[in-house]
Amino acid sequence: MTRSTRPGHAAYPRLGLPSWVFVPAALGALFVVLPLVAMLTQVEWSQFGALVTSESSRAALALSLKTSLASTVLCIVFGVPMAVVLARSRFPGQSVARSLVLLPLVLPPVVGGIALLYTFGRRGLLGHELDVLGLQVAFSTAAVVMAQTFVALPFLVVSLEGALRTGGQRFEEVAATLGARPTTVFLRVTLPLVLPGLASGAVLAFARALGEFGATITFAGSLQGVTRTLPLEIYLQRETDPQAAVALSLVLVAVATIVITLTRRSRTAL
Amino acid sequence: MRYAARVLAAVAAPLLALTLAGCGSGDESPRGGGSSPTSSVTAGGGEPKGDLTVFAAASLKKTFTQIGSRFEQDHPGTKVTFNFAGSSDLVAQLQQGAPADVFASADEKNMAKATGDSLTAAAPVDFASNTLEIAVPPGNPAKIATLADLTRPGVKVVVCAPEVPCGSAATKVETAAAIDLKPVSEEQNVTDVLGKVIAGEADAGLVYVTDVKGAGDKVEGIEFPQSSAAVNVYPIATLKGAQNKALADAFVAAVTSASGQGVLADAGFGKP
Repeated sequence: MTRSTRPGHAAYPRLGLPSWVFVPAALGALFVVLPLVAMLTQVEWSQFGALVTSESSRAALALSLKTSLASTVLCIVFGVPMAVVLARSRFPGQSVARSLVLLPLVLPPVVGGIALLYTFGRRGLLGHELDVLGLQVAFSTAAVVMAQTFVALPFLVVSLEGALRTGGQRFEEVAATLGARPTTVFLRVTLPLVLPGLASGAVLAFARALGEFGATITFAGSLQGVTRTLPLEIYLQRETDPQAAVALSLVLVAVATIVITLTRRSRTAL
Repeated sequence: MRYAARVLAAVAAPLLALTLAGCGSGDESPRGGGSSPTSSVTAGGGEPKGDLTVFAAASLKKTFTQIGSRFEQDHPGTKVTFNFAGSSDLVAQLQQGAPADVFASADEKNMAKATGDSLTAAAPVDFASNTLEIAVPPGNPAKIATLADLTRPGVKVVVCAPEVPCGSAATKVETAAAIDLKPVSEEQNVTDVLGKVIAGEADAGLVYVTDVKGAGDKVEGIEFPQSSAAVNVYPIATLKGAQNKALADAFVAAVTSASGQGVLADAGFGKP
């Protein structure tokens, strides 16, 4: 729908940029790109195929994709209501609540892992209750998903809350005056309007989950096919086979790039 | 719908930076200033002094810090700076040109990497050894008494991954005892194994004798005879890049001296 409004921009004079901004901008870009190029130069391409298709590599990649998808779904299930509550309602202690929700963003992931351990671990806050229910979280794939959700959730909440606030409430008010119930307004008006924000939030959450390392290694452990995700596998391979570590890092970079590109494309299509 | 992109850009960039900041592995590599040539003055009596940078395996943190402060007392005007990390991390840093005078490895394999790349100035000297022990949470909830008990169904065992020194040692004792461990997790290093035992998540873990001793009453140690199948030997060497070779040699001598050996023995290290 933006397509039609695009030509309107031509009516304004093109704003020139101060020429000096290109220098720090280029330096900054170089700072990000150069290490990736350096990594490419380290890859032994003749062995690349064998390195990334080894049993442990495939197990790690499959586990990473599976757990990241699961945690993204969890982020949407819990994050959308959280963002809506933060953006559209008023309650005492709201700013404190927002800060607490965003806390995992600034916490070192290892701290997140320790916190999860003290909550859901065998001797944690809920450990006894979970034990009674026959649930043992530690060292399971579920623990990986929980660690990833913990660190990724704020990304979705922040993006979506921002989109909700920028979008305003006019359409929702109109729908309500026309007699739509709150659930109808939420599902038929609010959500469709912030869909792009939700999509970018979900992508960010997925990317964050894919790269999650610290909380996973602290809370879930590391076992091939069960809890050893791609970042953990890379860190372990570095110990004995730096070549394999570089090759796997490249796979992670590729997956992340594909995800980001795909969503950028789908966003411009909107 | 441009606002979505704007919000994303405004919000995501600083946030990403913040999270990335939290991803460091936590090893402090000292910067170049550690061993400037100007500080390598030899005092009138021939006693070397100056700044010294020592790269040492993480398991040596307590003992080497102690030996280092004694060394500073014995050699007035000397400042010893340590970089404690996994031995393979340290070798990788040295290979990339990190400035250091002395390297102490937790195994012969990583020291061999250093000598193989001609990073060492002299043949490495073995100064300590370490063996495995079973660590259990206080009270030993799973009633572990022998290595074979770790194979009982329902016992949650955590070991190091075979790729790292403590893991290859675990594989050796497994073979020697003719048992087949089914660990719930293969950790990156001994600290992570110990952490899971201390937290009570694991019923038992295979760690070094010195780790059990260093953890105090947070874990209990159980010795087992098959541990002799995997004795980890710690070598130390002066590096070729040392700015102050005499001082570096003096530090190596301090580690192998009676006083240095006493500190190591108190921490549970064995004779080399």
